[in-house]
Amino acid sequence: MASVLPTGEPAPADGSLPPEALRGLGSRPFGVYVHVPFCATRCGYCDFNTYTPGELGSAASPASWLDGLRAELGLAARVLGQAPPADTVFVGGGTPSLLGAGGLADVLDAVRDAFGLAGGAEVTTEANPESTSPEFFAGIRAAGYTRVSLGMQSAAPHVLATLDRRHTPGRPVAAAGEARAAGFEHVNLDLIYGTPGETDDDLRASLDAALNAGVDHVSAYSLIVEDGTALARRVARGELPAPDDDVLADRYEIIDTTLTAAGLTWYEVSNWAASPGARCRHNLGYWLGADWWGAGPGAHSHVGGVRWWNLKHPARYAATLAEGRSPAAAREVLSADDRRLERVLLELRLADGLPVEVLDAGGRREARTAAAEGLLDPVALGSTNGAPGRCVLTARGRLLADAVVRRLVG
Amino acid sequence: MSSFADTTFTSPERIRNFCIIAHIDHGKSTLADRMLQLTGVLDERSYRDQYLDRMDIERERGITIKAQNVRLPWQVGGTDHVLHLIDTPGHVDFTYEVSRSLAACEGAILLVDAAQGIEAQTLANLYLAMEHDLHIIPVLNKIDLPAAEPDRYAAELAHIIGCDPGDVLRVSAKTGMGVRELLDEVVRQVPPPQGDADAPARALIFDSVYDTYRGVVTYIRVFDGKITPRQKIRMMSTGATHELLEVGIISPDPKPCSGLGVGEVGYLITGVKDVRQSKVGDTITLEKGGATEPLGGYRDPRPMVYAGLYPVDGSDYPVLREALDKLRLNDAALNYEPETSAALGFGFRCGFLGLLHLEITRDRLEREYGLDLISTAPNVVYRVVMEDGTEQVVTNPSDWPTGKIAEVHEPVVRTTIIAPSEFVGAIMELCQSRRGQLGGMDYLSESRVELRYTLPLAEIIFDFFDALKSRTRGYASLDYEEAGSQTANLVKVDILLQGEPVDAFSAIVHRDQAYAYGTKMATKLRELIPRQQFEVPIQAAIGSRVIARETIRAMRKDVLAKCYGGDITRKRKLLEKQKEGKKRMKMVGRVEVPQEAFVAALSTDETGDKGKSAKK
Repeated sequence: MASVLPTGEPAPADGSLPPEALRGLGSRPFGVYVHVPFCATRCGYCDFNTYTPGELGSAASPASWLDGLRAELGLAARVLGQAPPADTVFVGGGTPSLLGAGGLADVLDAVRDAFGLAGGAEVTTEANPESTSPEFFAGIRAAGYTRVSLGMQSAAPHVLATLDRRHTPGRPVAAAGEARAAGFEHVNLDLIYGTPGETDDDLRASLDAALNAGVDHVSAYSLIVEDGTALARRVARGELPAPDDDVLADRYEIIDTTLTAAGLTWYEVSNWAASPGARCRHNLGYWLGADWWGAGPGAHSHVGGVRWWNLKHPARYAATLAEGRSPAAAREVLSADDRRLERVLLELRLADGLPVEVLDAGGRREARTAAAEGLLDPVALGSTNGAPGRCVLTARGRLLADAVVRRLVG
Repeated sequence: MSSFADTTFTSPERIRNFCIIAHIDHGKSTLADRMLQLTGVLDERSYRDQYLDRMDIERERGITIKAQNVRLPWQVGGTDHVLHLIDTPGHVDFTYEVSRSLAACEGAILLVDAAQGIEAQTLANLYLAMEHDLHIIPVLNKIDLPAAEPDRYAAELAHIIGCDPGDVLRVSAKTGMGVRELLDEVVRQVPPPQGDADAPARALIFDSVYDTYRGVVTYIRVFDGKITPRQKIRMMSTGATHELLEVGIISPDPKPCSGLGVGEVGYLITGVKDVRQSKVGDTITLEKGGATEPLGGYRDPRPMVYAGLYPVDGSDYPVLREALDKLRLNDAALNYEPETSAALGFGFRCGFLGLLHLEITRDRLEREYGLDLISTAPNVVYRVVMEDGTEQVVTNPSDWPTGKIAEVHEPVVRTTIIAPSEFVGAIMELCQSRRGQLGGMDYLSESRVELRYTLPLAEIIFDFFDALKSRTRGYASLDYEEAGSQTANLVKVDILLQGEPVDAFSAIVHRDQAYAYGTKMATKLRELIPRQQFEVPIQAAIGSRVIARETIRAMRKDVLAKCYGGDITRKRKLLEKQKEGKKRMKMVGRVEVPQEAFVAALSTDETGDKGKSAKK
């Protein structure tokens, strides 16, 4: 039970990429994503590709997964040939912290063996507060991790209960403190807003707690009721109200105002950082069309205009790799139009904005209209100093980003 | 199988021409089938239920739209007779066609369900038959049903037509019980046709049907003289002449014959391709030595109700045009002309005989031509007299004049409603609310009452019948006929989105109902139109005066918080889907309105469920 993969064209069994995709490799940032498909329990709202021990049984284990991961990273190094060292590594899930500091050290070693790490590489792992400790943070710090992203979601007990989160409300803040004490300069707290039952005050309390923890990065995502989740069933049965768009808009404004006042500024629609250096470089790679290899079950990759995604089930993933074949389920080779559409879609989400020249004449006209309507920053759009204009969303525009994108691409 | 009826030029005293007047589901088609079977023209193997109802829609709706006719042999007392059964259409919109079918007969079987009693429409057609001096044979059908109350309804029929309850025949068309006796009574009671065999030929067209292979097939009843093949005939209303390619009878399949004499019923084929060239009610004569006086009662079909028909998918417009062109070949009453709506795009303004005619036409367009259509709210034809004395006929609210109006004339209809007497209060309340004038009320029996109202046609073409049915738990029946026009205080209410009038929603309503209409539409649209990036006022206005207002608040959030890890493909595909959806939106000024919103807003459905799903 997890999100559905897109449909695409078949991916070659040897994982090979068209030569034109490999051209320019290394001139763009190169990242590695590692997907850890394990959780202790399944949260009702989550549709990510993750499994509990009960769901997997003996079909797959962290050990077989790690073997598969090593095999995939080896294949990646062969496919990419002169692979550049990784500028960023991001271990996500699932619950990477379930692997323990030792397990995460093994993961990073596998990445190092395949590609090496660039100087000053950003190495992030996600962690659930309840599976961390001072020893855990000290361990991963020593292994080479530079950034920790903690799933806080909320400080309100009733909100955590609705989300099926198991940690106690104070634990994420304590964990953030432990991470900082272990030497982590960059710590992120993930928040979810708009959960049924959450009030404006609950959200303010969560923000206060996050800010008091002294982190340099906050991500805030509105609750999305995904098809096929337990949450969707509860909403369908009428047990919980569906999140209301106006309430979500109000909450977003609270978040943006509160974080901005505390010195964290937005750099992507759902992300705020205390300084340019605190921004998550790995995630910026997604939005700026960088190359990355996503390893692990269901992981998505992008290299030079080719996107592909892996088999989702850990058992099939491991078995396919054990047979020496690529775990890719399917791929797509982006056309020029696709790539332009993606640039608008992704770069418009960033505070640095989208260069106007990406748009066609109709799109530029729409951009001017959107600026007049207060959705785009008119100063950034105009080229007062001769510099090319950029489409940068205003605070109101950020809440309507998808609608603006539809207008800009006609 | 062959019989003496296969040969034409039967002596008129051996001929009986009759029809069956019945309400939907009272068993007319079953009775006709049974007659075909008993007279031997249809053998057991080819017998199929509802033989005379040919079109699928008729079968599904349980109504006969087009009259057919069949020639049957029947012996009484050892003497051969020819019976012509002329099937009449059974709905209010086709009163004129019914009257032409009746004009071809000397007698009528009044067929009434023994468990339900007579219905309004049957009563109306009965009166029509009596006006044509037809001999009426009252018959109760379905006497085998446990719920049948033949004594009660025999008394009711006797009361209505003024006969003895004992004269009411009792049959079961389903089992065949009493049908032989009924056929005998047709021969005994119905007078034979009268006519002058030596006079110039005169034949009445009582139906005209387009056939893909044969062109127009015209059904006629000969009154004087004779019609034989390979002659030239003349249509007396237009003077047009045609070569007679074939003359034949139906028994029950078409069979060419050597001609038709006085009193005989059959068909003609002339090679014309459009039923407009062979119109119901017209008189046919021979080109050489033809008659000078036509048979009476002809008139051109006149549309009473207009509506715009638009394809949901604009690229289907040519398909719609072609489909209407084809339907018109077989429907002299259908007329249409191209129309452009700012909201709905390209379509046609169509004129219909009535609401059922509209529904059937729309149904056929959708079913037979695979079209998905939106129809605007139907409206009647108004005559608007301006203060400067000029006059305009308005068939479309968009054409409502803007200058100073002196008076407006709207068509009215005389309505007959029959229902159990317990519902009299509810019916009166409904008719009153639709500006009805009570014309009279009669008890048909202790428990059933006939109410006569004069109502503006505009008040009954939209949802009157549904409202009547729901207030009478389905027991009421309704019939109406044109009754001239009246002046009324009517205004045009426009609906504006962000100041832009949406032509498809403009309506002509009584001034007292303008506010209710405006409020209803504004509220409906607020539910149906998705929020935009800006606030959208919805206004209802008479001229420049706003009478109702709602607001669609600006959408504040339209952004997915997350990019789902590196799954950009998913997000791009979502955007592509949204772009596709946007293409199906209709633009009213800057407001994007989903097609479904128009459909739902124009439907009579009051539950609002559709609105919720359209809002997504």
